[in-house]
Amino acid sequence: MTTAANGVNVEALLEAREALKGAPEAAQFTWRASSKWQNGVHSTVTIQNYFGLGQEQSHKKESVFDADHPEVFAADDNGITPIEYLLVGLASCLTAGVASVAQNRGIQLRSVESVVEGQHDIRGILGADTDVRNGYNDIKVTFTIDADASKEDIEALVAQSQKRSAVFDALTNPTNVTVEVA
Amino acid sequence: MSERFSTVVIGAGHAGLAASYFLSDRSIDHVVLERGDVANSWRRERWDSLRLLTPNFLSRLPGLRYEGPDPGGYMTAGEVTGFIGKFAEVARAPVRTGVNVMSVRLDGDGYRVTTSHGEIGCRAVVIASGACNTPVLPSFADMVPEPVEQLTPFDYRDPAKLPDGGVLVVGASATGVQLAAEIHRSGRPVTLSVGEHVRLPRTYRGRDVLWWMDASGVWDQRYDEVDDLSRARKLPSPQLVGTPERMTLDLNALTAMGVSLAGRWAAVRDGVALFSGGLRNVFSLADLKMNRLLGMFDEWAVREEVGPPERFEPTRVPEPARLRLDLRSGEVRAIVWATGFRPDYGWLGVPVTDVKGQLLHEGGVTASPGLYALGLPLLRRRRSTFICGIEDDAREVIGHLAGYLTQGASGTTGRPAVR
Repeated sequence: MTTAANGVNVEALLEAREALKGAPEAAQFTWRASSKWQNGVHSTVTIQNYFGLGQEQSHKKESVFDADHPEVFAADDNGITPIEYLLVGLASCLTAGVASVAQNRGIQLRSVESVVEGQHDIRGILGADTDVRNGYNDIKVTFTIDADASKEDIEALVAQSQKRSAVFDALTNPTNVTVEVA
Repeated sequence: MSERFSTVVIGAGHAGLAASYFLSDRSIDHVVLERGDVANSWRRERWDSLRLLTPNFLSRLPGLRYEGPDPGGYMTAGEVTGFIGKFAEVARAPVRTGVNVMSVRLDGDGYRVTTSHGEIGCRAVVIASGACNTPVLPSFADMVPEPVEQLTPFDYRDPAKLPDGGVLVVGASATGVQLAAEIHRSGRPVTLSVGEHVRLPRTYRGRDVLWWMDASGVWDQRYDEVDDLSRARKLPSPQLVGTPERMTLDLNALTAMGVSLAGRWAAVRDGVALFSGGLRNVFSLADLKMNRLLGMFDEWAVREEVGPPERFEPTRVPEPARLRLDLRSGEVRAIVWATGFRPDYGWLGVPVTDVKGQLLHEGGVTASPGLYALGLPLLRRRRSTFICGIEDDAREVIGHLAGYLTQGASGTTGRPAVR
């Protein structure tokens, strides 16, 4: 039925959706990242293993991410800032959603580009003004999409992508966070 | 010692009475058990200003049509009670009022119904006890600090009973938008927490929007033709109100009145309500969906004598977004939970519900032979959600039931008759 070739295996995802309806325990995933302080505000974060479908799983290869702060923060800029990683997550999650929804709706994509901008008042993290929050005040994502579809259908793709996005949800809704010393 | 009927119908609302109408039509002996009075929910579980969402010309029941002077108007709750009461007479339904069903259990080749007035044995049972038995509240409702009064639509009658001061209405279905508007008009500042919702104009191209749903065939879509049935059955009711002025009560109308909008209420932390920052997208989803529907109407309407196509202003996004509301600050004195309802099957001792307690059925036919349901959203077609949907549903479900009684348990598959 689907004629679009966006490279998303929608059939497998739909099968998984049906299978997991009756097996909620298999749907419980744990994603893990391990970080190690290097020097200054530079750290490396390593990701390889996660838990899901009832057992330990592993990515094909280990990924290592450098996080640091830029020179305007008087740091060495060995990598992007932690809050920029949130933009990485949001952009890639929404883009994956656009591709998946397009595949499911039989819409052929030619290009999908987005620019993500986060408005951040750094007086919060510096403690310069206690009324200013530490995190983003506003995030704006602008998609430019070339596809065999009307403007309304493309807008609907982007809307549905947000509706099913893990990172969009994690950023727009509160999440309980526990930080402990082992 | 217990009584016996071929069929027991549970509930004497429009659905149970329609079942009775078609059972009598087929000369199947039965009784309709009603915990209160005929149309009990309309009598006791609705707020004072509520009117039916469907216009009078769509108030169609088997053998009964609206024949009053105002076919475009909307019945008050009292008028709906009267209309259903009249239907009970027209159907000559054998209703026993004040009889509470305590349990329904399998018993031999039929069922044993235990009531507050004794036991009844039967071959078949029709569950018509309604879709809105219990208000649904989010789990964090018990984290709301004490001085804030909490009400469900079952508790709410009119704004005068609310404390003075601000009110947080949660949920933007028909219930939520109607109560937000009415409470705002009482002089209480209202904040409305908005999740996914269904936006509709009251009138489109000069006709009631539900006329379009009916006439264009949208409501004829069958349950087995709907893409995501479980989602479609859980959709919030459309943002409609029945008023003599036929006013549209979408979020832009509420904003224009002065109601403040916030995103979906996600959590309570340290006495502070935290709202989702995803409001813009739920607006987009609802606007896109409404425009797709209007586009379908336009395609269908090429031969109809109606006004020119219309498009409505996108839902206006409040700036800045409201993400927090300190419930201890006194800004709101009361919360009205318009977060939906669910049916209650706690009394049903037959394993035909899912893990969430929802009834499993195929177009009103459960997997337990002889056990049927009527009067649930999108039971057999989109029209099922509305009062005028019961006629076809009841005819077909009772047709299946009659076949079951005739053929016996071995002759049926537990699946609905194919049209």
